[in-house]
Amino acid sequence: MSSHMRTARGEPAPPQDRKRASDIRQALAETLPVGVGMFSLGITFGLLVVQSGLAWWWTPLFSGLIYAGSLEFLLVGMLMAASPLVSIALTTLLVNFRHVFYSLSFPLHRVRGKAAKTYAVFALIDEAYALTATRSADSFSSLRIIATQVSLQSYWVGGGLVGALTGRALPTIDGLDFTLTSLFTVLAIEACRSGRDVPAPLLAAGCGLFAQLVAPGQMLVVAMTLYVITLLVRYRFTRPQENANA
Amino acid sequence: MPSTGYIVSVLVIAATITFALRAVPFAFLGRLRSSQVTAFLSQHMPAGIMVILVIYLLRGVDVTTSPYGLTEATGIAVTAGLYLWRRNVLLSIFAGTGAYVLLLHFLPAAHG
Repeated sequence: MSSHMRTARGEPAPPQDRKRASDIRQALAETLPVGVGMFSLGITFGLLVVQSGLAWWWTPLFSGLIYAGSLEFLLVGMLMAASPLVSIALTTLLVNFRHVFYSLSFPLHRVRGKAAKTYAVFALIDEAYALTATRSADSFSSLRIIATQVSLQSYWVGGGLVGALTGRALPTIDGLDFTLTSLFTVLAIEACRSGRDVPAPLLAAGCGLFAQLVAPGQMLVVAMTLYVITLLVRYRFTRPQENANA
Repeated sequence: MPSTGYIVSVLVIAATITFALRAVPFAFLGRLRSSQVTAFLSQHMPAGIMVILVIYLLRGVDVTTSPYGLTEATGIAVTAGLYLWRRNVLLSIFAGTGAYVLLLHFLPAAHG
């Protein structure tokens, strides 16, 4: 029966469905390794939420609507410390500011449809950027990009749900929030290695310690603002040639 | 325990700002792409922000009384050491947190 569908070269005709299925399969295969990591980290986030004393259903709301892993961890602690909303807003702005730069190379022009474009922008997390912003992504179909992002978000929200629901059955474990310190330590090492710049982390450490001394209540905001200012000052003085033309 | 209204406000604020940070730059793509300040900031922001976050999370540590911050130092050393050695994010986080939790429970007892 299938022989009737073959072309002159003996190849099966490529129907649209096959292309779609292969796009989704490729997206699932590509997201699996990082997905396992996101799922596990999602579990620790769900655990943190319920062990902090918050209701389990806050986990999918935070993971689904904010969808920014490291910030979500940070927010749980800030929530429990009853941080003012201004601090929450500024911390969000500074912690997630890196997303501003993802627009430079994310292949949004490949995504078809207004709803799909909106979702693609909403779900533009570090991992989605890493998987789609390569040069080869310029050939990705709209479906493949969206399938990649939906798959990543499913891992994160799914892991959170598992952690939040099993966490209620577990005894409270002190010190579990250290996962966040570990996560940021790893991300700092990774960023320092890719930045190949010794002064930046040292300046940041200086800003952090100074802010802790002078404004312990608003340490994050003061430290990050100081750090941005030191970077701008550094830029001004280390690149005089380029600035002359600007 | 924080009130529901407060948590909802936090959720809405964080979700809105995060989405805006991801969406707004697409409207200014041309100018952003050509800006050297943006390129400089994008290169140096992540490492510094992460270092500041680690310091923020360690702000409650008291190094003048037993166990002198040893618990946190060990957790970070295990995390960083394993990461530099194996390059495995999850392994580092789980082992580092594991070491921290174990010390947290057993170290104070050892010091009386």
